[in-house]
Amino acid sequence: MSNETTSGYSRRGFLKGVGIGTVAGGLISPAGLKQAMAAEQGIQGPGEIPLTLDINGKKRKVNVEPRVTLLDALRNRLDLTGPKKVCDRGTCGACTVLVDGKPTYSCCMLAVEAEGREVTTVEGIGTPEKMNEVQKAFVKHDAQQCGFCTPGFVTAATAFVRANPKATVEQVCAGLGGNLCRCGTYAGMLLAVSDAANVKGGSNA
Amino acid sequence: MPKAEWPIAAKRTHIGKRIDRADGPAKATGAAKYSFDINRPGMLWAKVVTSPHPHAEVVSIDGSAAEKLPGVKAVWKDEAAIGKEVQYVGQIVAAVAATTEEIAIEAASLVKVEYKPLEHQVVDTNPEFAKGNPTKKDAGNVDEAFGTADVTHTGNYGIPVITHCCLESHGQVSEIRDGEMSVWPSTQNVSGYADRGLSDAAGVPQNKIHVDCQFMGGGFGSKFNPGKWGTVSAQLAKQTGKPVKLLLERDLELMIAGNRPSGYSKIKVGATKDGKITAFESEVWGTAGMSGGPPDLMPYVFDKIPNTRLTVKRIPTNRGSAAAWRAPRHPQNCFLTMAALADTAAALKIDELEFFTKNLDLTQRADVYREELDIAAKMIGYKEKAHARGDKRPGAIKRGLGVSLHTWGGLGHDSECDVTINPDGSVEAKIGSQDLGTGTRTVIAQVVADTLGLPLDAVKVEIGKNSLPKSGGSGGSTTIGGISTSSRLAATAALNALCESVAGRLNTGAENLEAVGGAIRQVDKPDNKIAWKDACRAMGPMPITKRGTQTRNEGKAKGFTNEGVGGVQIAEVSVDIETGVVMLEELVAAQDCGLIINMKLTESQVFGGLIMGITSALYEEAVYDAKTGRMLNADMEFYRLAGIKDVGKLRVHMMTTEAHEKRGVIGIGEPPVISPAAAISNAVANAIGVRVPNLPHTPDRVITALQKEGLFV
Repeated sequence: MSNETTSGYSRRGFLKGVGIGTVAGGLISPAGLKQAMAAEQGIQGPGEIPLTLDINGKKRKVNVEPRVTLLDALRNRLDLTGPKKVCDRGTCGACTVLVDGKPTYSCCMLAVEAEGREVTTVEGIGTPEKMNEVQKAFVKHDAQQCGFCTPGFVTAATAFVRANPKATVEQVCAGLGGNLCRCGTYAGMLLAVSDAANVKGGSNA
Repeated sequence: MPKAEWPIAAKRTHIGKRIDRADGPAKATGAAKYSFDINRPGMLWAKVVTSPHPHAEVVSIDGSAAEKLPGVKAVWKDEAAIGKEVQYVGQIVAAVAATTEEIAIEAASLVKVEYKPLEHQVVDTNPEFAKGNPTKKDAGNVDEAFGTADVTHTGNYGIPVITHCCLESHGQVSEIRDGEMSVWPSTQNVSGYADRGLSDAAGVPQNKIHVDCQFMGGGFGSKFNPGKWGTVSAQLAKQTGKPVKLLLERDLELMIAGNRPSGYSKIKVGATKDGKITAFESEVWGTAGMSGGPPDLMPYVFDKIPNTRLTVKRIPTNRGSAAAWRAPRHPQNCFLTMAALADTAAALKIDELEFFTKNLDLTQRADVYREELDIAAKMIGYKEKAHARGDKRPGAIKRGLGVSLHTWGGLGHDSECDVTINPDGSVEAKIGSQDLGTGTRTVIAQVVADTLGLPLDAVKVEIGKNSLPKSGGSGGSTTIGGISTSSRLAATAALNALCESVAGRLNTGAENLEAVGGAIRQVDKPDNKIAWKDACRAMGPMPITKRGTQTRNEGKAKGFTNEGVGGVQIAEVSVDIETGVVMLEELVAAQDCGLIINMKLTESQVFGGLIMGITSALYEEAVYDAKTGRMLNADMEFYRLAGIKDVGKLRVHMMTTEAHEKRGVIGIGEPPVISPAAAISNAVANAIGVRVPNLPHTPDRVITALQKEGLFV
């Protein structure tokens, strides 16, 4: 059974109907939408089309059908498996990547929309040998257990810390409000992101 | 000769310390490859076809349209299901494998399955739907005890079915080559994963199935076996001759991959006027899907109440089957019992904390609970904040405190470990265990390094493969006791062999040697020593490999591991009586778990348990529609998990006195998740003056409870 048949709406219907209104934070750009619409009118696709994506500073060529999300293109075509597929509906944030520096749910963006934009995945943020400040803080404060949500949180937190170099605890909570964890690592995360965002007096956890 | 028994505090170098998770950097950078992340050359994507009906007969399955779709490599039909019944929405009846995920999704929608719908039943709240004979348990003389009780309280309480909602869904990648199969499953049971079902589906003997699970994204009790999704993945790999990835979609993960049974109850408590519990009668009903039943550990913790009667009724429903869910049976029984007891205290006009304290002799571990109640009360400022039921202060926001107690086993499971000391001084530890996020790699390295007197990074740990020495599945908080003991035994044996080989050079017997600070030295003459590397080089060309074998019974008898922990949690909530919204202000936990190997990771487990418990108290419920038999919230928007803003202030106190440590190593995964819902519910009752009888305490339930008592205006 596919998601389409069980939920009663198609992914494209979802993107068109829900995406534009509720995720105004830049998930669907006018240019991207135009491309998506064009794809639906048969100008591109329905077969695979060649794309050149700018990912972690490298140009990557990939052939995908227009209906393929950025998340699936990253994971299934480019073996960039840091971003995770969890809810596949823009709820949990595990697929978060940076698009032109902004945290974006890659399950809610079509790959064709990402063409011409800078995409950064968790792999582009740091490596085990060379972690960024947020990643170091996640390790130091044990802000992870199974770790499946961690790449999404790290990516969202990296963007948050850049935008809020001196945040309050409340701001940290709001900044991480778009991601979910099941193991219950929020206590460590609050400490980690507070640490990375130079919150005065640490966190309350 | 170094001994295997746990070292005393003064001699520990890594054991008991706050040490960073060894695989933290891999997880924080996306480098960690989970089963869902495995992409094999030429791999196909598989999608399952499932029943849209809660109960139906399968008439036919037609895969011809799907087979014609370009890119489709195989359609598997469950021929055995034809003419038989499907029992719940989401039951797998067919599957497809295709060159891309998109084609697989489309192909699955083209498989035509004809059903003959049958009557279904998904309601679990009504005891009249129970089937079979109820289980009954009697102790003492209940009727007489209620006859002589000064106060009797009767109440109804309920806790719904919730799901595991593992962020990595269930499934595996399968690849068959030359009569052998490699599988990359998301599992909490590496050594025991390759079962006969998987073997039969693949046509590969069990001993030729190679299991590899380096990282897995949450299991919580639901990922011990391959399941239908695993066997179908293997089946498709056999059919196509190519690697196949089959991981469940989120809606199926929530509907069919396991859940926690519900428990609804009618409870009657008898007590003396000075607050001694004398009688406890409970009738519990609920569902675990088509088979199995609701939790049956009543009364919980206070199991020495002299007069008890328990009736358990099972309600079969056309829903996906239950699976072990972190601390199976305990959270439900804890909520039902603690709520009824707190209401009894309120009826007696006795403070809740005082009431629980007064009855501790009815528990198995009175002294531990007394100590923990004291600590938890101080942590949250109980004395200063406590008030009788119903916050009488003006305003819409009411505050309250609630207490709960819990227990768990946690004895280490059977486990084998190989420790190898190489001539170049390097050390390897191998166990066929797994890391669920608890820190398995880290604690093995700690124990081995501590035993050998080496730095942590000197030990290379290998886990996650069934080719490694056999170790138990990670369930019931049994892993830490198992792997810490087997790795300690193996490391000690290997060290002793090394000591034997260098004793001559140090002109003493091996029995006089110890490993400290990167050297082997004489215990009573520490200057007589040889550096670790030199000692290893001296042993010749062959490495030393020793196996440590831990068994439950021996591990317990020899004091390496133990079972039976207690925990106390106290919650403070604020409730808006105009909107019904409950906010958790603070939750404190006092918990024992014997000798702690890694304090940092232990605290993480406890925080995690608290947060999962908070989620079940306030948000989680699998909502089923009686008419269609479907789960209405099979997605992560309406099956809600707590976010970072929802969990309030959390504080943890681990019991670490010598008496606790002397008990040996005991697991910690389950205990902290048990009490939060009970403590929070009791706190809500204390705040608003009325019990909200059913979990989760969503605004509508809070308002309904207030309305019933005429308190909602």
